[in-house]
Amino acid sequence: MDHLSEIEAQSIYILREAYKHFGKLGMLWSVGKDSTVMLWLTQKAFFGQCPFPLIHVDTSYKIPEMIEFRDKLVKEQNLNLIVHQNKQALEEGMNPEKGRLICCEHLKTTPLQEVVKVYGFEGLILGVRRDEEGSRSKERVFSERDSDSNWDYTDQPPELWDQFKTDFKKGNHIRIHPLLQWREVDIWRYIQRENIPVVSLYFSKNGKRYRSLGCYPCTFPIDSEVTDVQGIIEELENTKQTERSGRAQDQEDAYAMQKLRSKGYM
Amino acid sequence: MSQIAAQIREKLNIVCVGHVDHGKSTLIGRLLFDTNSLPEGAIDKVKRISEQNGKPFEYAYLLDAFEEEQKQGITIDTTNINFSTDKRDYIIIDAPGHKEFLKNMISGASSAEAALLMIDAQEGIQEQSRRHGYILSLLGIKKVFVILNKMDLVDYSESIYYEIRRNFDRFLSNLNIYPIEYIPVSAFNGENIVSKSDNLNWYKGVNIIEALDLIQKDPEPEDKPLRFPIQDVYKFDNRRIIAGRIEAGTLNVGDEITISPSGKTTKVKSIEHWPIPYDKNHVSAGMSVGITVEDEFFNKRGEVLSHSHNKPQSSNLFNANIFWMGNTPLVKNKTYKLKLTTQEVQCEVFSINAVIDSSNLNSSETFSEVKKNEVAEITIKTREKICFDEFAEFRGTGRFVIVDDLNVTGGGIVLKTDDTLKNRVLEPKSTSLKPRARLIARAQKEERLRQKARVIWLTGLTGSGKNEIAIKLEKKLFELDKSVCYLDSANLRFGISSDLEFNEEGAYEQTRRIAEIANQFINNGIITVVTSISRYKKARELAREIIGTDDYLEFHIEATPDVIKARSSKAMYELDGNKDLELLYEKSDYPVHSLFIEDAEFNCDEKVDLILDQIKNLL
Repeated sequence: MDHLSEIEAQSIYILREAYKHFGKLGMLWSVGKDSTVMLWLTQKAFFGQCPFPLIHVDTSYKIPEMIEFRDKLVKEQNLNLIVHQNKQALEEGMNPEKGRLICCEHLKTTPLQEVVKVYGFEGLILGVRRDEEGSRSKERVFSERDSDSNWDYTDQPPELWDQFKTDFKKGNHIRIHPLLQWREVDIWRYIQRENIPVVSLYFSKNGKRYRSLGCYPCTFPIDSEVTDVQGIIEELENTKQTERSGRAQDQEDAYAMQKLRSKGYM
Repeated sequence: MSQIAAQIREKLNIVCVGHVDHGKSTLIGRLLFDTNSLPEGAIDKVKRISEQNGKPFEYAYLLDAFEEEQKQGITIDTTNINFSTDKRDYIIIDAPGHKEFLKNMISGASSAEAALLMIDAQEGIQEQSRRHGYILSLLGIKKVFVILNKMDLVDYSESIYYEIRRNFDRFLSNLNIYPIEYIPVSAFNGENIVSKSDNLNWYKGVNIIEALDLIQKDPEPEDKPLRFPIQDVYKFDNRRIIAGRIEAGTLNVGDEITISPSGKTTKVKSIEHWPIPYDKNHVSAGMSVGITVEDEFFNKRGEVLSHSHNKPQSSNLFNANIFWMGNTPLVKNKTYKLKLTTQEVQCEVFSINAVIDSSNLNSSETFSEVKKNEVAEITIKTREKICFDEFAEFRGTGRFVIVDDLNVTGGGIVLKTDDTLKNRVLEPKSTSLKPRARLIARAQKEERLRQKARVIWLTGLTGSGKNEIAIKLEKKLFELDKSVCYLDSANLRFGISSDLEFNEEGAYEQTRRIAEIANQFINNGIITVVTSISRYKKARELAREIIGTDDYLEFHIEATPDVIKARSSKAMYELDGNKDLELLYEKSDYPVHSLFIEDAEFNCDEKVDLILDQIKNLL
């Protein structure tokens, strides 16, 4: 088996474990490349179905093409999508100028915590990858969060041989990470192999393309002339830039992601 | 497609283990630096953090991402880092070296195929050097390089290198680990990492990068017998899809398969796939698949599909080597949850057979409990039968975890089980007993006797002719050079079963005893002929369970009422036509061989030939 088939089989196994163990299960879909690949893997795991709702935490600052792409795919494939916003914070004028990490906390972490509570989710599937940044590299595949979505990263339980944490205290929830061992280049090679549609922002327009997608005030495109998937793969193989270097919130503090994620950020 | 496949490079997972501060994270940081795998600005960031924390430059900060780790200078949890050589891509797993984070070390190491075991040349072999070596052997990781780090601090001494090597070899050989090489390095100075070092001229072996590229990746076990644990069964549309990951072997459309432990058999109808139909007619080890089968009986998660001629063991008792990670010790008389592939069952520790301090191989004095970080050989009893294999033969179906309260707190590998205890194990009256393993397996005895041991179970009412057939059958098998034994139920009533009454309860117990004795014989390689009325269905089902469905060959000797009347001098039954026969003899629900006796003066040799015709390929 080649490497892509290996990680595909592993992710499908994880998704099926999640579906088997959690009655209340949802999947976070940011409309980016990773969670779009994850949606594809889900349909592969369940033979064309997506047997749980997708959740989109909409900060209202998403790049418009993302929302267009989202709504088009939902319509075409008849997907069950929950869109959630922290309306109160938005009405009170929350924006990155109040502090990028504060904005992330209010417009992403808080509505995510709310979604878990409102819908009573026991399991939440997220497309984070270990090679994105330091705190994600230390994640477990099934990772517990307490009732306030806090992550006790200093005392994680053992996880071995694909036996995952499926027993937990009522009120807590489990974050499931099927793409944990995928690398950025694996995602693109898989998109190429499976011919998966992704949002056009990843391809160059006027000499710029997005490598990682987020909110427009805090996400910056890179210089690139690449207009197809093969080009992206070649570009990644030769770059020394990190994937999230265009994500401003990461650069706010040496431990920015750890601090955000310990409180429930994706 | 082939062009794409060519771009996909091989990937190997390697774990870096060893005692705290022996330089694991530094080595990995240096590897990343020297292989030009670091992103822009990474070194500057580490410099900045080092200054902020008032510490000298640390390569380890590249991996120890948590604030707590960087401030305290320790690795708390395992990290996965990617880097590449010309040959292939690597994921290198940095495992913590503190004893208190052993669970995290195990989590990291469990996904690796090979290991770098670091030893500080100045400090020498320490507690976690040995403990991690032990854990590697339990996890089945045999491809090990020992890295002697900080050679610069011992003046690159050849004699220190050889002294540590000699001592550690002695320890590891007890664990059946034979390192591929001991590599002297200075991780901090980058000596012997990607290039040779002038300071280590006496060392003629490989450097670290060369060592990694030498490792051969394990092939997927697709040539092994099939093991396909059911993960779930889906019915999203009109298809009833059995989903799961194939742990070993290959499955073809049309294959006859057995579902264990229930023993039901069926055929593979189709392989299901999305978005386009599957273009091959087989699937193999490592793949997450979905299939449909011809007989749509109830299947559930945890059952294991195999080919009918090579099934996993099904039992409620087995011996295992385990490592314990729980703060609360593992004890007897407590219920735990055991997870093996997709099976989840309640279990108890039946006996603790040895407890070992993994840092020095010393045995504990008392076997009352297994404490955190200890390893032990235990016997586990599960509430229901489960399917498993010996770990040495099958990785996927030979390992399990134990859940205490809400967390995984132990992991283990299944050891060889005595053949006689494979099918069914009861609770003995004393808990000081433990099942023992033997040195000679049933298969070896069978090979020497050039036969397969089976129980030929002749059942039928008194007067049907069982015994006449059996004694001729025994003689015929003997003449065919077979080692054979005959158990005559009537004769046993004069000895081992002289205490039993002639009633339903007695008949049931008599059947159980015969089956247990026959089980001992076949597990010593002996073909065993049994005659037993065993007219109760439940009693024969029990015999079949004790002996095992593959080894139990049931022959129902069916005589007409006239024959029975004519032949039975004891006139045991008041027979009035076939209807009474049906009341007296309960037929089996599973398929059995039938021999019809329609003549009181029947030709016995002919019947023996009929029996042998039907089973000669099985003996």
